[in-house]
Amino acid sequence: MPTLAAVVGMGQTYHKSKRNDVSMAGLVRESADDALRDANLDWKDIDAVILGKAPDMFEGVMMPELYLSDALVANGKPIIRVHTAGSVGGATGIVAASYIQSGLFKRVLVATYEKQSESNAMWALSTTVPYAPLINAGAGGYFTPYMREYKRRHKAPDNIGRLVAVKDRLNALKNPKAHLQIEGINEEMVEKSPILWDPLTFLESCPSSDGACSLIISSEDSVDSNQTPAWILGTSVRSEPTMYVGRDVVNPIAGTECAKDVYHQAGILDPRKEIDCAEIYVPFSWYEPMWLENLLLADIGKGWMMSENGDTSLEGSFPVNMSGGVLSSNPIGASGLIRFGEAAQQVRQKAGDYQVSNANIALGHAFGGGAQFFAMWIVASKKP
Amino acid sequence: MRKVGIIGYEQTPMLRDAGAQNEVELIMSVVHKVLKNLSITQSDIDFTCSGSCDYLQGVSFAFVDGLNAISAVPPIKESHVEMDAAWALYESWLKIQSGQAEIALIYGFGKSSPGEIREILSLQLDPYYIAPLWPDSVSLAALQARLLLDQGIISEKEMAVVVQDSRSKAIDNTNSQLSGDFTIEELLQEPYFVSPLKKHDCSPITDGAAAMVIASEEKAKELYEYPAYITGIDHRIETGQIGARDLTKSPSVEISAAALKLASKNIQVAELHAPFSHQQLILTEALKLSDNVLINKSGGALAGNIVMTAGLDRIGSIFQQLKSNEVHCGLAHATSGPCLQQNMLVLLEDN
Repeated sequence: MPTLAAVVGMGQTYHKSKRNDVSMAGLVRESADDALRDANLDWKDIDAVILGKAPDMFEGVMMPELYLSDALVANGKPIIRVHTAGSVGGATGIVAASYIQSGLFKRVLVATYEKQSESNAMWALSTTVPYAPLINAGAGGYFTPYMREYKRRHKAPDNIGRLVAVKDRLNALKNPKAHLQIEGINEEMVEKSPILWDPLTFLESCPSSDGACSLIISSEDSVDSNQTPAWILGTSVRSEPTMYVGRDVVNPIAGTECAKDVYHQAGILDPRKEIDCAEIYVPFSWYEPMWLENLLLADIGKGWMMSENGDTSLEGSFPVNMSGGVLSSNPIGASGLIRFGEAAQQVRQKAGDYQVSNANIALGHAFGGGAQFFAMWIVASKKP
Repeated sequence: MRKVGIIGYEQTPMLRDAGAQNEVELIMSVVHKVLKNLSITQSDIDFTCSGSCDYLQGVSFAFVDGLNAISAVPPIKESHVEMDAAWALYESWLKIQSGQAEIALIYGFGKSSPGEIREILSLQLDPYYIAPLWPDSVSLAALQARLLLDQGIISEKEMAVVVQDSRSKAIDNTNSQLSGDFTIEELLQEPYFVSPLKKHDCSPITDGAAAMVIASEEKAKELYEYPAYITGIDHRIETGQIGARDLTKSPSVEISAAALKLASKNIQVAELHAPFSHQQLILTEALKLSDNVLINKSGGALAGNIVMTAGLDRIGSIFQQLKSNEVHCGLAHATSGPCLQQNMLVLLEDN
């Protein structure tokens, strides 16, 4: 049996378009210091550092763990660098959990970041590969055909994406660290914003953010009485190739298998009923209903109804992205770990103005690549 | 600590230029071979982890295509490190330690031939103060060698002995890129490349891939006759500020050596990941290896250096050497970053 692991600290930067006041090292350090404060721990308490971000070409730093070892006080310690596409933040949290679950480490620091202002994401995602078509589309252009297919398949009304965008931005107004703070956001504003890729408008897309997120993960024996743990009940990853015959890109089997696995580990039989809230990786509005179905939280074809009738709002029966989600802050390398960390903050009752009352079990979710890499964990306020 | 055994390892020939053979094809050849030898398939693997670097291909998320080389339909549990695949082995070993996996597949790959690897590696440095000066990997290693020579810690002749030894041992390694019999005098007469390094002091530019399978003790015994058990594994990093390090020493290796209690082990063979001849001398000193230890039977990184895989290759080479009835304990070393910044030690024993 793996050693029981718990999140005992979370730290985040204020996410912004440009953090010109700090270097990449300064950005990461800010979140790590914040996490240590939250955990009532000091750097000397950390046994190992797990760093995640992706891809390296965004900021032009190759294997940045080498440069960041000073900032993360890792000299003389083990440091590993996780790199699994957009799901990297989640995958990094899971690798960090496995350090503790192995029984060989007491407390580890997991740090993730992206400094998009020092990069050019469109360029870095549009390099030419020999014998492959050049897609100068960025992520939005890549995913919108999947969203259009979802709409067509399930006859979803046009405004679902807009409702999700408004809901997440309203949540962001309660989260001082969220990048986008759009006072008075409403459906009309979203609809009137410029169209980027049909059916997505500007306000239905995630921003480009500078930001970092760190967590402290501890073994059961090392959790102190002055700490509030979020117990990790299950972790799971799944990967499948970008393309293969019969692949359903709208509802990828890898995501559903990953969800089944993590629910099983956590002893969850009815996820919709037993999970209190979820932080799901929704970089483009339509991904909320798509992932609700993929995660077995809604019946196939009915995810959009949950978004439509307010189930996923902060006061709804199944709150999703209480923090404002990826639609409100997107430091890509950190976005997955923010989901995992915000889920932990909910069950630690530390989510401030966007706290879901009586949140005891929460899901953190991340995806990446061509909707082919998945990482998930379930955290709980009560020890299993 | 659970006992974990290495039960399979395959490496492509190390080539100066694999030509049109792409990364997926390189990986496929070794993954299929290593699984076939054990009579298992991808569905028997609980966890897969790879190591590679986007910058070698010049493409973001280049590693994603690697999935096309393995059977990831139905979906698999998989992860990737932007590091030498030795660290992918470490991540997999942790998964087995935690009881979340029994068998893991690890692969690493790198084609250095299409790019300018010396310049590319300078992007590993501090992006604000050092990388803009583009100090390349060979020049930084040359500074390190110069420090060692000027302080009288090593001599150029000792460097040449490392090269001579590597080239002659590599004759028996069918995958090696550079091998041959040379005299010390011949080597010393070669012109400088980046003073004080001569070309033969530097690892070559290499294309290739490697794959490994590890398993819990029970599974390892079931699947393979000669598992090499990982009885110790530890890795440490040093500062990324070149000027803040004493480049003549390897304190990170010393910490790991103490953690693994190497002094009490009867190490017979060692594979050291030294991309430059003088670095092998630093490592030998930091590890306090006795003269009886057979070092780099494979020829080491000077005989072929698949970037992002050469560390895993050192571990694989010890696995192969442990098949001999005379060899019971070996040490493998992997490195990452400029001038041996980050290092891993893996202690392998046959029972």
